[in-house]
Amino acid sequence: MVPMPHYLIVSALLFSIGIAGVILSRNLIIMFMSIELMLNAANLAIITFSRFLNLMDGHVFVFLVMAVAAAEAAVGLAMIMTIFRNRGSIDADKFNLMKW
Amino acid sequence: MDIAIFYIAAIVAVAGAVMMILQRNPVASVLYLIISLLAQAMLFVQLKAVFVGALLVIVYAGAILVLFLFVIMLLNLRGEKFTSDKPFLDRGAKITMAVLLFFELVILIKQMAFPQRMDELMVQSSPDFGGVEPVAKLLYTKYLYPFELTSILLLVAIVGAVIMAKKEKPEEGED
Repeated sequence: MVPMPHYLIVSALLFSIGIAGVILSRNLIIMFMSIELMLNAANLAIITFSRFLNLMDGHVFVFLVMAVAAAEAAVGLAMIMTIFRNRGSIDADKFNLMKW
Repeated sequence: MDIAIFYIAAIVAVAGAVMMILQRNPVASVLYLIISLLAQAMLFVQLKAVFVGALLVIVYAGAILVLFLFVIMLLNLRGEKFTSDKPFLDRGAKITMAVLLFFELVILIKQMAFPQRMDELMVQSSPDFGGVEPVAKLLYTKYLYPFELTSILLLVAIVGAVIMAKKEKPEEGED
């Protein structure tokens, strides 16, 4: 049996990579995928706890997180398409209209 | 055997994630994310979350990432030049931030007090732990209210996505 901290460290690693992806990338689509990766890292931690505490409630939470992720993907991609149509680019640094 | 499967899945998941953020081409990036998600589904199944692991493959890898692919194909980003930051100042600082965050999380995990009777609990776990039936029973009894709210959330998301992605018609009377 693999001990619990192993799974949690994988989850922490995936979450950090997701953070790195969001702050390093300029491509909106890659930033958005990094957010999905972070949601999944959190899901892995939830599943780990639910396994080692022998409670199935965590599976329900993960189910709800997946529904939220699907909704977020639909709305976010619609926003990216609208931005691309209006500005002709998806470079996050070029959207500085609101910059003071 | 268990630990070998764990290490293979963990290494593939992490390597896929790293490759995803390093790619220039968004299509390759999506494919690496799919690899990473499949390895994560393997970890889920190893933790006896069979139903959720199957959902991860079907909903995430199957549906959401195909949506990403559709949008990338629609946008036609060929030739798009992204601004890049100074390698040593900006990028170094950002990578340091992410690494520090990881070490912070590791320290947190090390300090966490794990219950002693965990092994007992593991032995007691029922054979259908994480199967469709027990999860569905929870979903329709204890968590019925959040489950119903999810359907409203999805409805709002559909309407929002359709309205936002719709092509705007030029206003009447203008130009």
